[in-house]
Amino acid sequence: MAQLKTREVLFAPIFANNPIALQILGICSALAITTKLSTTVTMCLAVIFVLTLSNFFVSVIRNMIPSNIRIIVQMTIITALVIVVDQFLQAYAFQLSRELSVFVGLIITNCIVLGRAEAFAMQNPPWISAVDGFGNALGYSVVLLAVGFSRELFGSGSVFGMQLMALASEGGWYIPNGLMLLPPSAFFLIGGFIWILRSVRVEQVETEPYEIGPNTRTSPAF
Amino acid sequence: MFEHYLSLFIRAVFVENMALAFFLGMCTFLAISKKVETALGLGIAVIVVLTLTVPVNNFILHNFLDEGALAWTGIAALEQVDLRFLGLMCYIGLIAAIVQILEMVLDRYVPALYNALGIFLPLITVNCAILGASLFMVERNYQFGESVVFGFGAGFGWALAIVLLAAIREKLKYSDVPEGLRGLGIVFVITGLMSLGFMSFAGVQL
Repeated sequence: MAQLKTREVLFAPIFANNPIALQILGICSALAITTKLSTTVTMCLAVIFVLTLSNFFVSVIRNMIPSNIRIIVQMTIITALVIVVDQFLQAYAFQLSRELSVFVGLIITNCIVLGRAEAFAMQNPPWISAVDGFGNALGYSVVLLAVGFSRELFGSGSVFGMQLMALASEGGWYIPNGLMLLPPSAFFLIGGFIWILRSVRVEQVETEPYEIGPNTRTSPAF
Repeated sequence: MFEHYLSLFIRAVFVENMALAFFLGMCTFLAISKKVETALGLGIAVIVVLTLTVPVNNFILHNFLDEGALAWTGIAALEQVDLRFLGLMCYIGLIAAIVQILEMVLDRYVPALYNALGIFLPLITVNCAILGASLFMVERNYQFGESVVFGFGAGFGWALAIVLLAAIREKLKYSDVPEGLRGLGIVFVITGLMSLGFMSFAGVQL
C-alpha cells in the first residue's frame, strides 16, 4: 500500500495532474528562460532542488508552526533554499547565472513551491512530502524541457548549443524561425501542449459555464 | 531630467511590459482575468504595491545591503561589509510586511477601497511581478528617483495588460473554441498574440 502510494504521488503530477497545464501554477518565473536548453535545464534542476527540500523541511516542522504565521515560515524556508541555489550558481556557473538574471530569485514566488508546501507538506509526513515535491518539480520540468527543446531547435537549429541543423546564413539549408526566440512563442507552445494533453485526457477539458443556443432564425420575423 | 524619467516610464509600461515581455505575475494574470471589474481592482492594487515596494527596497539596498553601504554608521568594522546575499530574504520580507501594513491602513481609513481590493491584497505578496520589479531595480542599478518611476510604470503596464486580457476574455465567451483548447489553452494563445502586439513597441526610440 505504502509502496503504491509513493509511486502515485511521484507520477501523478507529471501528466494526470500537471502543475502547469492543469493547476496553472508556476508559469510566472519559467517562460522567459526557455529560449535555450542549457538555461532551461539549470532552471529545472534549481526548481527540483528547492521544491523537494522545501516540502521536506516544511513537513518536518509542520506540527510546530503556528497556523497564523505559517506563510511567513514557509517563505523563510523557501527563500533560504533559493539563496543557496543563487549563491551556488554565482560561484560555479557565473555565465548561466547572468543569463538567468532575476529568474533564479523568482523561484521564491513560484506558485508551485508555496502551493505544494501549503497543500501537501503541511498535512503529510516528511518522506512522502519530499516525493510529492520531487514529482511536481518533474511535472514542471517536463513542460519546460519540451518548450525549451522546441524553442532552441526551431529558433536557432541547435540543441544544447550544438548545431544540428545548418543555418542558411552560414551556408546550410535551415532558415531559423525567429518567432521561436521571441517571448510570445512560449505562450503558443504551452497553449499547444495543453491542447495535446487535453485531447489525450478528455476528462481535463474545462466545461463552459453555459451553452450558447443555436442561432435564432430571423426568417419568421419577416 | 524629466525626459529621462518619461522615457523610463514609457519603457516600463510598453516596451518592457512586466506581464507580456517578462512573463511576470502570470499565475494571477491568467487566473484573475475573467472579468474586467476584478481585473481592474487587482491592477490598481498592483500599481499601489509596486510604487511603494520598489523605492523602499531601493532604499534598503543602498543604505544597508550594498557593499560599503553601512559606512554611514561610522563603525569601521561595518564599512567593508557586503550583505547582498541577504537581498532576496529582505525584499520578500519587506514586500510581505508592506502588503500587510497597507491592508491594515486601508481597512482603518479607507474601508470602501479596502472592500474593493480586500481579497487581492494578500495574493499580491506572492505575485512574481512585485518581487521581479525589485530584482530588476537591483540588476539595473536604479537610483531612488528612477526606482519610484520604474515601480509605478511597471505596475501600470501590468494593470493595463490584465485589463486588456480580461476585456478580450469577456468577448471570448461568444466564440466557439475547440474542446481541448477551452479555458486555459486559448487564454495562453491570446496572451501570446497580445505579447506579439506589445512587441511592436520595441522599435520605439526614446
